[in-house]
Amino acid sequence: MDISITVTNRDNKTKKIIAPTDMNLNLMEILKVYEYPIEGTCGGMALCASCHIFINSKHDLPAISLSEKAILDDNWDTQPNSRLACQIPISKKIDLINIRLAPEI
Amino acid sequence: MIQTDIIIIGAGPVGLFTVFEAGLLKLKCHLIDALPIPGGQCAEIYPKKPIYDIPGYPSIQAADLIKKLMEQIKPFNPGFTLGETAYSLEKDQEEQFIVTTSEGTSHRAPVIAIAGGLGVFTPRKPPIENLNEFEKKYIHYIVKEPEIFANKNIVISGGGDSALDWALYFAENFASSVHLIHRSENFRAHNDSVQKAMNFAKLGKIKIILNSEVQEIKEKKGALSLNVISKNKKTQSIACDNWLPLFGLSPKIGPIGNWGLEIEKNAIKVDNATDYSTNIEGIYAIGDVNTYNGKLKLILCGFHEAAIMVQSAFKKIYPNKNNVLKYTTVTGIKGF
Repeated sequence: MDISITVTNRDNKTKKIIAPTDMNLNLMEILKVYEYPIEGTCGGMALCASCHIFINSKHDLPAISLSEKAILDDNWDTQPNSRLACQIPISKKIDLINIRLAPEI
Repeated sequence: MIQTDIIIIGAGPVGLFTVFEAGLLKLKCHLIDALPIPGGQCAEIYPKKPIYDIPGYPSIQAADLIKKLMEQIKPFNPGFTLGETAYSLEKDQEEQFIVTTSEGTSHRAPVIAIAGGLGVFTPRKPPIENLNEFEKKYIHYIVKEPEIFANKNIVISGGGDSALDWALYFAENFASSVHLIHRSENFRAHNDSVQKAMNFAKLGKIKIILNSEVQEIKEKKGALSLNVISKNKKTQSIACDNWLPLFGLSPKIGPIGNWGLEIEKNAIKVDNATDYSTNIEGIYAIGDVNTYNGKLKLILCGFHEAAIMVQSAFKKIYPNKNNVLKYTTVTGIKGF
């Protein structure tokens, strides 16, 4: 099945995108597929903050790992609703999630 | 002026392997990289991570891959200009390229191979308004020559490996005083380093200030005065000779973006049907820095691109010589 994701870009434009749940993708990868200006420099290892996003909806997300926490702790744009998009798998659980891209690092 | 056959911009895995492939054709290489050590992303972002798709290695740590590549290219004696960014490009009367770095080092060659990965690793700077006023005199984002910090009062900010490793290095080797300021209480550095830093703190060799960050900076009595604020809004000021905000490096395309190369989505367009040449004759782009239809950003694809590219470079440098592909199993490695 496909899920719907609402994305607000850095220019404040909001758009709905569709993502497949059967391709083992994460949020960072789907944002790159849709050509959002997100680098994903480390490829999804939670080692850089280039896929930093803010979550603006209530969803049951995977717990923050120590590595992700440490990266977010070291970032001055971090808010309580910050996550690294690469650490959130695309699944039914996040259908209708609403996210905003954090400022460029 | 450094003269060579191929100037390689970027000393990551693909840039390094280019030295090997060029060496088999008796072409000499000189590498330029903004980082003070070779390895590119493998050294800067994920040195301790295993890579599983290098042929022949079921698993190899990124740092080990770089070590092995350095060993593999040693017979070909490459030159290195490290810690300097390739800045400007010119062509002289003899149709040779001249690449000059940000520090003014000039290199001359008939061929350039750009293996710049995601770009120049550029320091992430803390959001402090007047930062640039003090950068020259007091602030260092990368440690290139550790000895200049001998017996100085140093403040390091950051919670990653470079912040911890340098704090330990200075405390162990020569600094008179080291403060380490971190925005949280968890470090993302290697556990051993964190443990060692905590032990040093107990012994008074390093002063660790957690849940805090530098908010303001100013000059006071010939020193840099840092105003440090904690999460519970307590402030303190620390005077130092040097401040090292080590918040990691983030890659940007950098000065090569202004060289007249055809760029598409932050990558250099190349001709993948033949030789990974760019729109400027004599300049090639290989590895993560290039783009073409069907491009895969994999180290192994970069290795392949390097092998193809040097064959074309050979023809460009020696238009009247015919090159025959030799197998290393037959001829061995003859260095120079």
